[in-house]
This record gives sequence, C-alpha cells and structure tokens, in this order.
Amino acid sequence: MPQIFGKSSDKILKSVIAGITLLVAAAVLALAYYTHPDVADTGYAPIQPVAYSHKLHAGDLAMDCYYCHFAAEQSAHAAIPSTAVCMNCHASVKADSPRLALVRQSYDAGQSIPWVRVHRLPDYVYFNHQAHVASGVSCVSCHGRVDQMEVVKQVEPLSMAWCLDCHRNPDARLRPPEFVTRLSWRPDEDAAALGRQLREAAGINPPVHCSGCHR
Amino acid sequence: MTPSGQNYWRSLDELAGSPGFRNWVEREFPRLASELQSKSTRRKLLQLMAASFGLAGLTACRRPEEKILPASRTAEYRIPGKPVHYATSMNLGGCATGLIVETHEGRPTKIEGNPLHPGSLGACSALAQASVLGLYDPDRSRFPRKRGKRSSWADYAAFAEELFTPARQGRGEKLWFLSEPLSSPSLEALRADVLRRFPAARWVEFESVPFAAVNRGAELAFGQPLEAVFDFARADIILSLDCDFLGHDWRDVIPIRQFSERRRVDSPASKMNRLYSVESLFTLTGAAADHRLALPSSQVLGFARELAEELGALPRKAETKAGGAGRQRWLSVVARDLREHTGACLVVAGPRQPAPVHALAHVLNARLGNVGRTVAYLRPSSRPALAGFDELCQAIQSNAVETLVMLGVNPVYAAPAEAGFGDLLAKVAHSIHLGAEFDETADASAWHVNEAHYLESWGDTRAYDGTAALQQPMIQPLFDGKTAAEVLSFAGGQSERRSYDILRKHWLAQWPQTEGESRWRKALHDGVVEGTRYPLAAPGVPDVKRVDATARVAGTQGVEVTFFADSSSFDGRFANNGWLQETPDPMTKLTWDNAALVSPAKAQSLGVRDGDIIALTRGGNSLEIPVLIVPGQADESIAIALGYGRRQCGRVGRGVGQNANLIRSLVTPGFVSGVTISKTVRKRPLATTQEHHSMEGRPLIREATLEEYRRDPKFAHKADHYKDLFSLHKEHSYEEGPQWGMAIDLSACVGCNACVVACQAENNVPIVGREQVRRGREMHWIRVDRYYSGDPEAPRAVMQPVACQHCENAPCETVCPVAATTHSPEGLNDMAYNRCVGTRYCANNCPYKVRRFNFFDLNKGVDEIGKMVFNPDVTVRMRGVMEKCTYCVQRIQEKKIQARAEGGRPLKDGEILTACQQTCPASAIVFGDLKDPNSKVAQLKQKDRNYVMLGEINIRPRTSYLARLRNPHPELG
Amino acid sequence: MADLAMKNPLPPDVPLVLGKPSYGEVTDAVSRIVEKKPPRVWYIALAVTGTFTLILGAMLAYLVATGIGVWGNNNPVGWAWDITNFVFWIGIGHAGTLISAILFLFRQRWRTSINRFAEAMTLFAVACAGIFPLFHVGRPWRAYWLFPIPNADLGMWPNFRSPLLWDVFAVSTYATVSALFWYVGLLPDLATMRDRATTPWRQRIYGLLSLGWRGSARHWNNYEKAYLLLAGLSTPLVLSVHTIVSFDFAVSVIPGWHTTIFPPYFVAGAIYSGFAMVVTLMVLARKIYGLEQLVTMKHLENMCKVMLATGCIVGYAYAVEFFTAFFSGNQYERFVFVNRAIGPYSWAVWIMFTCNVFAPQLFWFKRFRTNLAVMFVISIIVNVGMWFERFVIIVTSLHRDYLPSSWGYFRPTAVDILTFAGSIGLFLTLFLIFVRFLPMISISEVKGIIDAPAGKKEAA
Repeated sequence: MPQIFGKSSDKILKSVIAGITLLVAAAVLALAYYTHPDVADTGYAPIQPVAYSHKLHAGDLAMDCYYCHFAAEQSAHAAIPSTAVCMNCHASVKADSPRLALVRQSYDAGQSIPWVRVHRLPDYVYFNHQAHVASGVSCVSCHGRVDQMEVVKQVEPLSMAWCLDCHRNPDARLRPPEFVTRLSWRPDEDAAALGRQLREAAGINPPVHCSGCHR
Repeated sequence: MTPSGQNYWRSLDELAGSPGFRNWVEREFPRLASELQSKSTRRKLLQLMAASFGLAGLTACRRPEEKILPASRTAEYRIPGKPVHYATSMNLGGCATGLIVETHEGRPTKIEGNPLHPGSLGACSALAQASVLGLYDPDRSRFPRKRGKRSSWADYAAFAEELFTPARQGRGEKLWFLSEPLSSPSLEALRADVLRRFPAARWVEFESVPFAAVNRGAELAFGQPLEAVFDFARADIILSLDCDFLGHDWRDVIPIRQFSERRRVDSPASKMNRLYSVESLFTLTGAAADHRLALPSSQVLGFARELAEELGALPRKAETKAGGAGRQRWLSVVARDLREHTGACLVVAGPRQPAPVHALAHVLNARLGNVGRTVAYLRPSSRPALAGFDELCQAIQSNAVETLVMLGVNPVYAAPAEAGFGDLLAKVAHSIHLGAEFDETADASAWHVNEAHYLESWGDTRAYDGTAALQQPMIQPLFDGKTAAEVLSFAGGQSERRSYDILRKHWLAQWPQTEGESRWRKALHDGVVEGTRYPLAAPGVPDVKRVDATARVAGTQGVEVTFFADSSSFDGRFANNGWLQETPDPMTKLTWDNAALVSPAKAQSLGVRDGDIIALTRGGNSLEIPVLIVPGQADESIAIALGYGRRQCGRVGRGVGQNANLIRSLVTPGFVSGVTISKTVRKRPLATTQEHHSMEGRPLIREATLEEYRRDPKFAHKADHYKDLFSLHKEHSYEEGPQWGMAIDLSACVGCNACVVACQAENNVPIVGREQVRRGREMHWIRVDRYYSGDPEAPRAVMQPVACQHCENAPCETVCPVAATTHSPEGLNDMAYNRCVGTRYCANNCPYKVRRFNFFDLNKGVDEIGKMVFNPDVTVRMRGVMEKCTYCVQRIQEKKIQARAEGGRPLKDGEILTACQQTCPASAIVFGDLKDPNSKVAQLKQKDRNYVMLGEINIRPRTSYLARLRNPHPELG
Repeated sequence: MADLAMKNPLPPDVPLVLGKPSYGEVTDAVSRIVEKKPPRVWYIALAVTGTFTLILGAMLAYLVATGIGVWGNNNPVGWAWDITNFVFWIGIGHAGTLISAILFLFRQRWRTSINRFAEAMTLFAVACAGIFPLFHVGRPWRAYWLFPIPNADLGMWPNFRSPLLWDVFAVSTYATVSALFWYVGLLPDLATMRDRATTPWRQRIYGLLSLGWRGSARHWNNYEKAYLLLAGLSTPLVLSVHTIVSFDFAVSVIPGWHTTIFPPYFVAGAIYSGFAMVVTLMVLARKIYGLEQLVTMKHLENMCKVMLATGCIVGYAYAVEFFTAFFSGNQYERFVFVNRAIGPYSWAVWIMFTCNVFAPQLFWFKRFRTNLAVMFVISIIVNVGMWFERFVIIVTSLHRDYLPSSWGYFRPTAVDILTFAGSIGLFLTLFLIFVRFLPMISISEVKGIIDAPAGKKEAA
C-alpha cells in the first residue's frame, strides 16, 4: 500500500501533541481556580425567610451582637436567637409590620422560623465561639462587617488553611475581649504589637494540631 | 427523587427479598437485622436508606441549603451546645445506684455515678452506663395493648378505674400483684394503701436472679428481718462462699470500691487484704482472690458447715470430712487465718446459695466478732406479708386469681419453665402487664401497658443501705410510657394519677411543712434524700441450734447446673441492648451468646469441644446449648448465664443465646442437680473477643506476691532489659502546655467492664454484631485483656485494661501516608477521621493493636431515635476510617476552653476525667498532667510498681501500669 | 541497536537464532502472528480471561460500594490478600526491566528475542499491582491524598515519612519508565507493521503509533541514544522498586516485618518470580506461534539458570531470617518464626519452602533445564510459591504479634479469592491483546544478532 504519512505529517503530529498538552494544562488551571476556597466558598448570601437587616440592628441601631447571639459567650454555638428574642422588642416596636408577619406567626404558633444557614463548617470541625471570643478574637475576623450587611454574606473561605493561618500567627487579630463585638473597633497603636501583649498576658496559644478542632 | 432514585428503590425492593441482602443487612447494621422479617418494616428500611440516598444527592451540589430552626421560645438554663447534668438513680433488682446524667439539648447521652449516693460513690456499673441506650431503643413498647391489639392509655384508665373498686374486687380475694422486690419508698407506701383498700389481696415479689437469700439467712439466724450490709474495706481477710461480690452477684459496685481500696499498695510498708474464694464457676471474685477453691455450688453448704465446726461455731460432728486432703488443708488454713483476724475479717455467701448457707455466714461473722465491724445489720422498712411465686401459681391453678397486676416483671420468660406460667396466665381473666417492651409476658396478658424508662420518669429508689434517692425525668416519655406508681395508683384509691404528684405528695408528707419545698429541691439536686438510711439494729446472738438444724448437707447426685445473672443482659431485661450484648463477658470474653461453661476435664470426659451443642435435660424440659470450656470451672458443675434465648424481644436480643430458665427449679433457683447431659451433632461457633488465653511468658502483666514485692520493690522492672534507646526520627519536644498521661493500677482493677461501656457511650463507639465479632472486628476503644496463668488445675486469671497508650514515639504516626494520625504538643496521639483514607497501616504497626477500623458503615441502620444517644462532642465515624482511644480529647478541650473563659486559669488536677476513669468502681484508672509533679498520675508514675508495656521498642507509651500484687497465705503459697 | 549488539566481543557460542533466517524471514515470522487471524485457542483464552476481568470489575465495585469488610481482613490482620497481591504482581514485573535494561547494558545478546515479551509482561503486571494499593484503602475516593497535590483549602501535604508514600513514587516512576522504554523499543517494529499493513485502518493506527518513524540514520541515532538512556534509567529502578516495597514492612515495628535483609531478599524474590512468569508464558507462546526458531532452547535454559540462582538466594534469605530471629534473642522475634514453622499458618510456610527452595533445585541438571514440560511446571510452582511467600510475610507476622490477647486468624472470603483471580484475568487479557496486535519479539533487535547475507538488509 502507498504510504499515507509523509514527512509533513510529523509536524501535524507534533502540533496535535502540543495542543493536547496545552488543553490539559488549561483545564487543570481552571479547576484549580474554581475550586479555590476564596472563589468557591465566599460570597454566599441566601435569601432569608424574614428580611432581617443586620445593617439596621447591629449597624444603625448599634445593638450588641450578644443581645441576640448570647450563647456565643458561653458555648460552642453562637446560636440563632429564638423568636421570643425578636418579640422582646417587636411586641411593641413595629408590632404590626407586614414584614414581621412570619415572626409573629412563629411566636404565636410556637413554630421555628426556617432561617437559612450561611456560615457552615463540616460536622467533624468543632469550632468553639466561646473559646475565640474569650481570647479576644472579634466576630469580624470570621464574619466580616455584618453590621454593614443588609443580607448576611459569607466573606471568608472558612477553609482549614484559612483557620490555620490565623492560628499560626494570631497577634494581628487579637483585641481586648470587651471590644470583641465592636466590629468597627480599631486599636490606636499597632494591632500586631497590641495582639502580642494580649497573647502573652493571657497565655493564648492557639492549637494547630488535629485534635484542636477535630474530635 | 430522580428517576435514577426510582430505579434505586425498585432494585432495592427486589434485593430486600433475597437472603443475600438480608445477611448483608445483618452484617452491615446489626440494629436492623431481622428488620426485614415483615413487609411493612422492610418498606421502612427502604425509606430510611432512600432518605440517606437523597441526602447523598444533595451534598453533591455545591452548597446544599441548610435550615437552622431555633426554638420559638427558649427553655430556662438551656444554652445551645452546653450540656446540663441532673441527678437521678437507677434501680436494679431492688437495689439502687445513684447517677448523674449528662443531657444535651434535652437528650440524656451519658451516665455517671453520683458521688453523694452511697450506692455509687461516683462510680457505676456497665449496666448503668448502658441503660441510656435502652431509653432510645426503637423496639420499646410504644402504646398500651388489649389482647395484643393497639389500645390507648385512656382506654386502660377507664378500664382500671372501673376494675379496681371494692364494688368489683370486694376485699380483693381474687386480686394479686406481682412485682420486683420493691425498693421505692413511694411505691411501698402505695402498696400499703392498696393492701389497706383490699385486705385480702396478695402481693408477690418475683426475682429471676435471687438476691433475697442473704436477708432470709439473717432472719434464719437472728429470728428477725434484718438488712445485712458489709464493709469490705475494713476486712483484712475475706472469705467468699460462692459469692461473686465483685461481679454478677451484686447489684451495685460498692464492694469493688471497698475491696480495691485494700488492694492498692503504695509502698512495701503498706498492708493489703486477703481474699479466699470458694466457688463453682470462675468469677471476677475468683480472679481477684489470693486463693480460690473450685467447688460445686451444691457442696458449699458442706464446706461452710465444716468451717463453722472448725471454728467452733457449730458443735463438731465427726463424720463431716468431705473432699481430699488438699481441701482439708485449705479449709484449716482459712479457718486459722480468719481466727487470727477476729473482728477484722468477713464471710459472705452468694445469693446463689440457699438461706442456710447465709445463716451459717451470719453465725460465722458473729463468732468471729465481725458484727458491728465488717458486718452491720440494719432494720428495713416494714414489709407486708408477701406471698411466694409458687403460691401464686397454685392460686391460678385453682382459679383463685381473677385480676393479676404485673409491674415491670417478665415471669413468662424469667420464671422456671416448670412453673408453666405462660399457660397459667391464660386462666387469669384480667392479667395486666406493665413493661418497657412487648415481651413474652405482655404477649400472654390481657392488658399490656408500656412502661416509661427510668430516665423519663418521676420516682424514687433505695440504695443497699436503705438510703432513698429521687428519680427525675430528663426528657418527656418518648412513647408516652407510664410508671409503676401510675398504674398502681388506680388500685390505691387516691386521687393523684401522675407519678410526679404521687411522688411529691409522698415526700412532702415526710417533711415538716416549712422546709418541704427546700428539702424537695435539695433531694432533687443532690440525688439523695437525707436521713433515709435504715436504722442500725442490734441482731443479738444467732440461734445456732436452728441454723444447725436447717443446714443439713444432702448428698448431691450427678452433675449440677448453676445459673448466674449475665454481665450483659442480667436476667434478660437488657437483652435488647446492643452495647451490652457486644460487651464481652469479663471472664469468658463471650459476646452475643450464652454457653454452658464446662471445665476442661469435664469437657474431655464428655468428649465435647468449644461450640459443640449439648442437651441438658431436667424434668421433661431440655435445653440445647453450645459448650464453652473454661479453666477453673468446678468439674462436677456446669454454669449457664441467665438472660438469653428471649423469644419475644426487640431486634437486637431476639433469639440470642439459650433460655436457661427451661431447666431451672422453683425451689432452688441458684442451681439444680440431677441433670442429664447428652451430646448432639450440631455446633454453634461462639463469638469471643479473645482467642488466646496465655501470656506466652511475655512481661505484659507484671505480677508478684506481697512478700516478693517487699523483698524486691522494683520487681516490675526485672523484665526491662534495655537502656538509653534513641529514635531515628526527630523526637517531639514536650515543653508546651500540660502533658497528658495515664496510669492503671492492675492491683486495683477487677475487670468489671464498666470502663468499656463508659467509653462506648462517651465516644459513639458503634456495635458490629455477632458475625463481625467472630471475624475479629469489634470496635471497643478500651478492652480488658484477661490471661490465665498458673497450674491448669487451679488457674489464676489476671486482667489488664488496654486502650491507646498514646506513645510519645508513636509507630502509627510515622507510617500514615496522609498524616491523619499525628502528635499533639500535649502528648496526645491525635486521630483525624476526616483525613483518614483507611490504609490500616497504622493498625498493623500498632504493637498494642488498639486501633479499630470501620470495615462497614456501622451507623447506617441507626434511626432518628437511635441517633439521639450520640455524644454531639464526638464525630460519628464513617465507613473506611480508623479510630481509637483519644484520652477523651473532647473532655480535655471542654475543660481547657472553660478555663480559658474563666480568664485563662490553669487546669486543676482531676478536673479532666476520662470516661473510663470517671466510672471505674475500683478507681484503678488515673489520668492527668504528667508535668505537674503533684498530680495524682505523676505521683503514681513515681511508684516502684509503675512500668510500661513493650518499653524496649522505644515507643514511650504515655499509659503505664502499676504491677499487680497478690497476697497469698504463706502456707498455701 | 544492531551495531550495539555487533560490538559484542564474544562470538556467540550457540546460535541465538536457528536456521540462519534472512532479515525478511525474521520480519515475516514475527509480523505474521499479528497480521493473520489468530488461532482458535486465542479466542477461547480471551473469552476465559475476559470473564475474569469482568469479575474483577464487579468485585471492586462491590468493595467500594460496601466496604473493606467484604474481604477477610480484620484486626489484627489489617493487610492480607490485598497487599499480598500487590507485592506479588510488582515482583512479577521485575523480570521485564531486568532483561531489557540490565541484560542490555551487560550486552547479553540472548535477551533480544525475549525482552519485548518480558517488558510487556512487566507493564501488565504493574497495572495489576496498581489496583490493590488503590482499592485496599477504606475510602478510595480519597486516595488522591496520597499524592503531593497543592491544595488551597487544607494546605496539607502527605506524610513523607510513610513508606506507603515512597511506594506511590517508586511504583508510579517504575510504571512510567518501563512504559516509555517499552514503547521506544517498539517504534521501529510499529513502523514495520505500518509498512506491511494491508488494510487502511491498520496502516493508520500503526502509522500514528510509530510516530513517523522512517528508519533514517538520524532516527536510528536518536533511537539508540534514547534506548540507552532509558536502559540506564530503568536499571536502578529494578533494584529500587522492590527495595522500597520491602520498606513497607522493614520500617515497621512488627516482629517478622522489622528486618534489615528485606530489600535484597525482596529484589531477588521479585526477579525470581518475574522470570518464572516469563518462562510460563514464553513456553506457551513459543509453542502456539511456532517461534522455536527465534526463541531457542538456549533462551529458555538461560532463564532457568537465572531462576535457579535467584531461587537459591531466596532460600538463603529464608534461612538467614530464621537464624537472625534465633540469634537476636528477642522473644517476640523468635516466636514469630517458631509460629511460622509450627503455628496455624505453617501449611502456608511449607508450601512456600517447597515451591521456592526445593522445586527449582531440579534446574541443576541440564536434562530438566532443557525440558519444556519440566520448566513449565516448575515455573508455575515457583509463581505459586512466591505468592505464598508474600502471604506468609504479611499475614503470619500480623496475626500474632506482641499482645496474645489480640491474636487472631485470617480467612479469605469469596471476594478476596475472586478479586485475585480477576487480577490474573486482567493480566492475561492484556497479554493476549498484546500478542494479537503487537510484534511480541523485537524484530529490529533480533536482526541485530543474526549475520544475514549482505544485500538483503533493505528487506527491513
């Protein structure tokens, strides 16, 4: 039979091989980008059943985080407040606003409001709010400026690498515990320097071994 | 669901029929085994699996929408994520253990002993530990039934209101009650009311595992009802007459507490008690004993007599010399030893033994001047005249019973078959049964009312010394169960119907008006009611003549069969508890079964091997049961555990083991003679967790006599032939923070298994089922190794709890390819399940073989109710990952965080307790910070008895052991 | 290639190719096999091995769907047939590289007619071996964590201290290099197939595969360089791979595993089993495809000699193991070997001894070395024996280690057995496909060792 592959086909072959290699490389890069926690995990801002505005409550009205999320101070969970907490005020304030219909209904019927979870860690991660706020890690470090959010949005990747980054050098993110819920708080002096003092004073030593968070 | 989901369903449905699928289910989730019997439940299973399938589908997409549902109104004291502890108490066969129960978001998850309660002193048994699983048993009876058909509490109430009236019952001539021995002040009061209202009514206290004999013995000896209480801690010499007071012959763990106190030897100077044990089967007491005499239970009476005569407590008879020279020598040494320790010794007889033996024990204690020292007699609350179970049977026989109320008992299963109670029950017009499960008796009764679990109920109990404790509910009754008091209240004629009202009324009546409320609250908080201990009584001199007359030694014929309360299912009431079924018997290491325990010699003469099924026939009833050969078992005696072979039972316990009650006797409940044995051709391979019983001369458990120890306090290190080892890997520096370590005193440990179940409950350790245990895949994080030693004729047994030793140079860590197991700066060998890929290399390279691999998804079958028992602070492991003891790292973290929240204060020694340590009745396990020289553990590690296993391979385990000491009599060696 | 072989100073004592065939005839003899319809026995064989391959797939699917529990592995025997099979197959792989690389560098001209064959076998064996480490893990879908892939979410690397990780590198390198080596060696012959192609499809496929080989001087020059380099590259691999595999055991603390002689012992064993497998297959292929001319008795005899030698080394290793155990005075170490000899698994140990140490002794006699039937049977016996050697090392050491309380016994399940059978099926399937579509003897190299009458060369 006559040859079908001439010298010229060598070039084609080479370019085809080169092309495939490039394609694969591109695919890998794309994958790496889209699965990167900074891209994949941040920016999640689901619609909540009640259009609750943190900006209004925590920002404009300057309510303390602990008023609703009181558990954060005493327990692992920050806990979404019960409807009763809402009604503390809204029994009188805006008592018949249509936007609060679901809240009143929940309170009267004794049913839960189906809030949509925004910040989610896997079950095998035992994050403890009490430990962090007691050490002077502010809400803002993980949740961002919630006091400026109409709709709460995840701003940090909450990935293990991200956690460890802070656990390895916590200084810059430490503040006197009383300012933990003051999201806008800025130290007068250099944050890292203050952090170091606080850390040494309180003997804070964030765990970086497995059982620190996984049990 | 997607179409693919549809197919999945269909294919599964087809599958579900096939036998292959069924034993796959059996293997994969024992809890679901036999779930597939009925069509309806099969559908349930499929739904369950389809549900998990659906979830799997969800998680596939990038971010499944998760809901958070906060309560509309929050409860007081409830902070999400913070456990709340309540005091309550658990009654077992008429004797209570006080408990502290940990609840998460209103779910009881973990049980601990109550330090304030005399029946607990902070410890509790494996049974108590496991009882929390019973609360969430999906197979519990969920509603009242009339003639087996679903009914309602309202219907029953209507029926009962009408039934329990003098108009209907007259003086109660045909009204009978059957209950466990009551040990509840409020119930006793209620009973008094009932009997006042119906004077002719009869009350029977029925117990499948006999415990009353002790007190009957006291009555025989002293002519008055007395509650005998023993103080093992004050006795230098203890003689046990067929009494496993460290194991299944006691209902609480107090004897272990007291006994082990005297085994813990600090220095060569310190003293130690000595225990002689005469017993037919090899028990924990026999294992702990310094001298053990294997004697058939039927010959113990003879032995006791001879001893009494030897000590001059009974007039000496010439001809009562039994047994060989060896036994005589043994007896005379014991006698002398006891005499030499007058006032500081103790003789206890086992509940298996008839009253005369107990009477003899009382006589001996009196003779040896132990009364008021190691034995005290208390005056119990006055009991009404009770009828015997046999009387009840005769009454039914002669149609003299119209109404029979059975409170939390299961006589159809638990009574000796010769009573034929199942058939008798049919002759009772109104048979009413209160029970936690729809059991054999419920099935045979006209009415069944589902009983509330003790963690769901209001009530009260009595400890061994009469101290009362309140029971308070941690959770609303899951299946709207009722308590005995609520059922009995109809007959009592009072207006209260809720157990809370009944209980409160009873107790407020006991206290002066003014302090009623405060006392009530205190009692609830402390878990004990002050000043309720039985008063001390002066027993006076025993009536030796009467005892002498009754303690007649009858010639025994043929082989005897003895019965003992099983360490797992007790008398069958815990048969449906998976944790207990999988907890190995402390001596035989047998799981998910009972067997005929036979001595090697006897087995040879019978020509049987382990697992061969033999038939034991007595009075027309025949029991077919596999053989298990046990060294130390008395030759002419065969022992069988009660509590197996339940016909009408939940999925876990149904058809597990054989029902020993088939060949039991109403007259001598402890043991029977004249049983004919015949071999069958069939075999049943038994599932034991330990297959090799010799230590092969390896220095794992190091042991010496007190004498040897005094001669050479460092004897434990004789076996260490190594010095200054070094590691090729860079070694960790252990400067930062506390350094966790553990020391286990093998002298104190009696091997009771409480630690095993405590660990299971604390750490969400799954069960694997019989088949998997046989394959060697049990999951326990801590196990108790039991080795036999010494001469095969009179073997000794030694116990060693083994969990992860947290090696400083851990061999498992270097070989894990994905760094899933690594070292913490505090010396913990961490295990990150979520990183583990499951190469099992770490387990292979673990010299202690303490790592456990999830060969299947062992939590698959757990339904919504079953999930409630999980400890939320510990990950529930998935299939394919390795797991092991973590030194309860979740408890360490909890306390560390608490300390941090309290201004970063340092941790106190003993603030952090591991689950095994907290429940250990012998306080043999001590955990703490090695860097703190004053910590208990650090001090123990300084002791000369302290050694580590396999030190020569330079793995530097953080868990060390204190060598075991025995205190044999010089003349018996 | 050819001239490299020519440079060999020693004149061949016995002709490596019988009957002085011309280049053309050599080409024919080999290519014919691939070009004409395969014999019926080929179809039957493929049907059987194909079935087993499917069984393998089914078993692995069941395993992944259910859990490792479908195997007999337990505590304490965490590794059993899975890793046994892994080591077994990796071992088989060794002969190929040894023959094609080391013998090449040592100018062993007799290798030319068997190296292609042996290398193919290597690849297929490694493919089978690769299955087991992957599927023996509890969560295969996470197995990629064993590779050092940069990851932003965890920021974690594998544990480079773990021998299993060394395995990952050793085995993957080995697989890659042997594949390259084999393929490069194939190029000229692929070109031959292309040129002889009679159907357009064959022409296209072989054409693509031969990467535009035209046998020009430059091609030959590059080819020779590449081949030489790859040979040099794979030579250390022959030793390293099984050395590292042996570290899985040698590095542990388990008595019976923790032994310094494992590396040489494993390598010898590997070559041993590898040659055994080559002989098994070669004897058959030679008979079925009538290659007596090219694969002469001398080839087979040489391989038998290698087996005899390695067999003795292995036997010696066994003896040394026992002696060391006795001499160590370490009671755990001693027990393991007493337990091997007379314990519950002694049957396996004695099978191992008989097959690996006693059987090959027959090869001391030329009569047996040159008897096809004998060498076929013995080679199979040796394969069995070598599988048992790995089983003995892994299971008997694990089932009774330090604490008698946790001693146990391992029983394989049907899934264990079928999975192993399946892997054999896969191996043979790949092999059948190879002999069907690729020249199983290196035409170009064989030509290098025959002195054919001048003027016929262009037939290539």
